Amino acid sequence: MLKDITLGQYFPGNTVAHRLDPRTKLIMVVLYIVALFCSVWFVSYALMALALGACIAVSKVPLKSLVRGLKPIVVIIIFTGVINLFWTPGENLLFSWWIIRIYEEGVLRALFMVIRIVMLIMGTFLLTYTTSPITLTDGLESLLGPLKKLHLPIHELSMMMSIALRFIPTLIEETDKIMSAQKARGADFETGSLFQRAKALVPLLVPLFISAFRRADELAVAMECRCYHGGEGRTKLKVLRYRGIDYGAFAISAAVVALVFLLRHYGL
Amino acid sequence: MSTIIETKEIKYHYPVEEGEEIRLALNGVTVSIEAGSFVVVLGHNGSGKSTLAKHLNAVLIPSEGTVLVDGLDTREEANLLDVRRRVGMVFQNPDNQIVANVVEEDVAFGPENLGIPTAEIRERVDTALKAVGMEKFALHAPHKLSGGQKQRIAIAGVIAMTPKCIVLDESTAMLDPSGRQEVLDTISWLNREMGITIILITHHMNEAAYAGRVIVMDRGQIAMDGTPREILSQEEKLRSLGLEAPPTVELLYTLRRSGWDVPLDALTVDECADAICRALGR
Repeated sequence: MLKDITLGQYFPGNTVAHRLDPRTKLIMVVLYIVALFCSVWFVSYALMALALGACIAVSKVPLKSLVRGLKPIVVIIIFTGVINLFWTPGENLLFSWWIIRIYEEGVLRALFMVIRIVMLIMGTFLLTYTTSPITLTDGLESLLGPLKKLHLPIHELSMMMSIALRFIPTLIEETDKIMSAQKARGADFETGSLFQRAKALVPLLVPLFISAFRRADELAVAMECRCYHGGEGRTKLKVLRYRGIDYGAFAISAAVVALVFLLRHYGL
Repeated sequence: MSTIIETKEIKYHYPVEEGEEIRLALNGVTVSIEAGSFVVVLGHNGSGKSTLAKHLNAVLIPSEGTVLVDGLDTREEANLLDVRRRVGMVFQNPDNQIVANVVEEDVAFGPENLGIPTAEIRERVDTALKAVGMEKFALHAPHKLSGGQKQRIAIAGVIAMTPKCIVLDESTAMLDPSGRQEVLDTISWLNREMGITIILITHHMNEAAYAGRVIVMDRGQIAMDGTPREILSQEEKLRSLGLEAPPTVELLYTLRRSGWDVPLDALTVDECADAICRALGR
């Protein structure tokens, strides 16, 4: 169960998608999301799917792992689909039984909503798959850099984020270990009422929290020992610089977004 | 040889609640470590060996006495970065000292903090990874490596700060035998080829054989100090300090007690075998 959580996992590689500046990729994802939510009809969605497909092909990330990333949110996707299917009023009644009425508009809306969420998740996952979390937070830090003038702790935030991402696999491993240890002593996480199952998680969470605090403490000492003293005067192994491919990527993204808006204008 | 670290009569106690009795974790430790040496600090649990280690790069500041690192007093706030850049520290749990998700970015963490120019960071990272034999893993994710490999990455992260001395605080304790061997080989190489002073805190007696000097701690004080041969052959004294002599010495000690004329200072299996053969008159 825990192995399914792939959020924040990075696939090392050296493709164009990996070499793009993280800021470029972040901006592209934002543009992608905007375009996705502005799509209104099959043609626009096909265009977005094409764009996403091209990005996946370029990144060489196996489609399988992208699909696996969808697993934890299957419930949300189904829920959204069902809600939209049954609760969208319209004109062309397709099916009606008891209090259930399904309109053509509802079917389309549910379909679009599901496509939208799936593509949204896949797009953002592609970002975390092709960008190491540290580069990603570097990109965020740099994009949010102007806010430092307002005395917002941007460096601290990005450091916290990258450490959180770094410890996700470690803590998942630890959770698995504690779970096995508890199961070996007869703990039951899978049966019983919701309340019972929630209660069974307490002996899992308590040791996990304690160990997380201990880790945090040790990590803080280790960071200090390596001369960490905040963001001031810090240099970087990898300095972010926009290059040719970044400008190219910007141009393509802008073209796609413009096209989506154009299609929206014509209702496609 | 010059001295890299000097402690003078340091005493330390961990913070206590009101009304609780103060227990000194260190009770007057005076020791000087020579530059380029390989020192192993032994001691049973609670002997103060880790507390001593934490004093060597100003993680802890002595309650009394002084610690001089390359002539810098660790009590001076202004010396903090200079002290830590000279004395690097590797801890017990490899997972809790790796900051980044990619090996080379983790190794770069120290130099980044020191404000080293980008081109030089790249150079230092490559050199450091080569020094620990992990250059092939530069782009790997640390959590997928073995314990010994993670610990070597942690060592590389310290080397990238070009320290004069590396303190390993029980860094081999959580590793399996092969991982432990990897780490020991790495630090021996660093000591021999790069002239980096190594201070290895451990409770594995056989690791003492790698050192040029062994210090045994007990109840916050230095109980024994000498070459591995001198220290490890004193079976009875070690036992009284809660430590076990290496198996070779144990064997020779047992033989000796039952009347055989064997020396006690054979540390390796080969030496031990030779000694026994000689006693048998072959």
